[in-house]
Amino acid sequence: MDAALLLLADSRLPAGGHAHSGGVEEAVRVGAVTGPDDLARFLRGRLATAGLVAAALAAAACELGSSVIDAAAPARRRPADLASESTGGGPERTGGPPEPIALWRRLDAEADARTSSPAQREAARTQGRLLVRTARRIWPSPVLETLAGAVPEGAHHPIALGAAAAAAGCDPGQAALAATYSSVTGPATAAVRLLGLDPVTVHRLLADLAPSLDETARAAHTAARPERGAADPESRWTPHPDGEGTADPDLADPGFAGDAWWAALPAAAAPALDLLAENHLKAGTRLFVS
Amino acid sequence: MGAHHDDRHDAPDGHDRALRLGIGGPVGSGKTALVAALCRGLGPSMRLGVVTNDIYTTEDADFLRRAGVLDPERILAVQTGCCPHTAIRDDIAANLDAVEILEERFGPLDLVIVESGGDNLTATFSRGLADAQIFVLDVSGGDKVPRKGGPGVTTADLLVVNKTDLAPLVGADLAVMARDAQAVREGRPVLFTSIREDGGAPGVAEWVSGVVHSWRHRHGHAHDHADGPGPDGSGEIPVTVDRA
Repeated sequence: MDAALLLLADSRLPAGGHAHSGGVEEAVRVGAVTGPDDLARFLRGRLATAGLVAAALAAAACELGSSVIDAAAPARRRPADLASESTGGGPERTGGPPEPIALWRRLDAEADARTSSPAQREAARTQGRLLVRTARRIWPSPVLETLAGAVPEGAHHPIALGAAAAAAGCDPGQAALAATYSSVTGPATAAVRLLGLDPVTVHRLLADLAPSLDETARAAHTAARPERGAADPESRWTPHPDGEGTADPDLADPGFAGDAWWAALPAAAAPALDLLAENHLKAGTRLFVS
Repeated sequence: MGAHHDDRHDAPDGHDRALRLGIGGPVGSGKTALVAALCRGLGPSMRLGVVTNDIYTTEDADFLRRAGVLDPERILAVQTGCCPHTAIRDDIAANLDAVEILEERFGPLDLVIVESGGDNLTATFSRGLADAQIFVLDVSGGDKVPRKGGPGVTTADLLVVNKTDLAPLVGADLAVMARDAQAVREGRPVLFTSIREDGGAPGVAEWVSGVVHSWRHRHGHAHDHADGPGPDGSGEIPVTVDRA
């Protein structure tokens, strides 16, 4: 689903990203970023920390999202089962998959634990909420419905991005790449607007970073999906072929094993970015939300 | 897809929600003053919310809050990352989010006004964000502005030409502006105002009341036809030519 990945990562995706600078506005204000050289260092640092963490979370979210889709797909193909199941289920059950609400919340909590600045948490949740709002209409999917239901105030952006990637048909590696890409392109564009930099120069910086984007995404993907011993792809949450006994809707997905690695996902901190985010909120004048 | 009415990601259609009115126009033309005047004029009879798109700072939101025309909590400010037109036209997610937060906190509302950041003549609101829109010019930009057209001037549901009291001082001919606006707007209404001199904008308030009334009439019975089409194009909103 390469084309879907392009759509998802495109800055023209109407999901509110254009109003976030990823700390660049404050860095410009305090004189930490004044031109292309500073910007290149800023972007490298951001990629190695926030970018890596976001990519790992996005890959994990995509993995979880894909399992939700896998579980829902057979039910969709079996309308008869679906109808009979819906009569026996609870009031909210319509024969779809059990909603892995608890898993989404746990993964979102992992993102919270990796985001120490309240300002950054707020910005990440706002962006996540807007992305889910947008993606839900573009790629309707139980993935996004369950995530929206699990975290109504807005999941962290990487979680939303991974879920949207799954809904769009992308794999976790692609979700990680979209995350590394957006972790630097948003701030780079903000710097062009704030400093009046030559946009071609800045795109050259991004092109120089491209191999690192790939590499970071690969590392993040690996962290989110280590070898699972004897587990094969079929061991992911797969409903029983006859559509019965898939799972108790009140329990988190029992067949999904990816969450075992969540606690060990990368947690690279960037104290300077945290401080920039906090001080940005206090700045009297600002053009960007974050 | 089942709609989660308790979450904040939904984009409801026109049923059971307030009319969303966009107010756009160049910097300094009087958008914020018009919003304040509308809040004053309509506040007693309508449940209102306001979203501002400041270019810089939260000046417009602060002005409105200080003006005391509306409960300060009913005014939300959206930041637009140097691109005010993007936030009302190309990527409306943050504005929709703000509108829905207001509806969730204070709803049901009758009218949510979305004031754009000052921009140029090409800036218009997406139909996905605003059900109807007003474009505000002022005479001090010169009486040639209506002739120059642009989507704001030509397609807005209502064109307001403000600061008519300044016309003699800047050599603007109001008759020329009225004639040119009429020519490019194919019969859509134009109102001339001097919000400062008149202490309000009763003609505009009356127009907005008519639009809200018509909206309520069409969308008031949400559950009777919940599967019907989305918001109607504002081209269907009945308008009255009411030039002062």
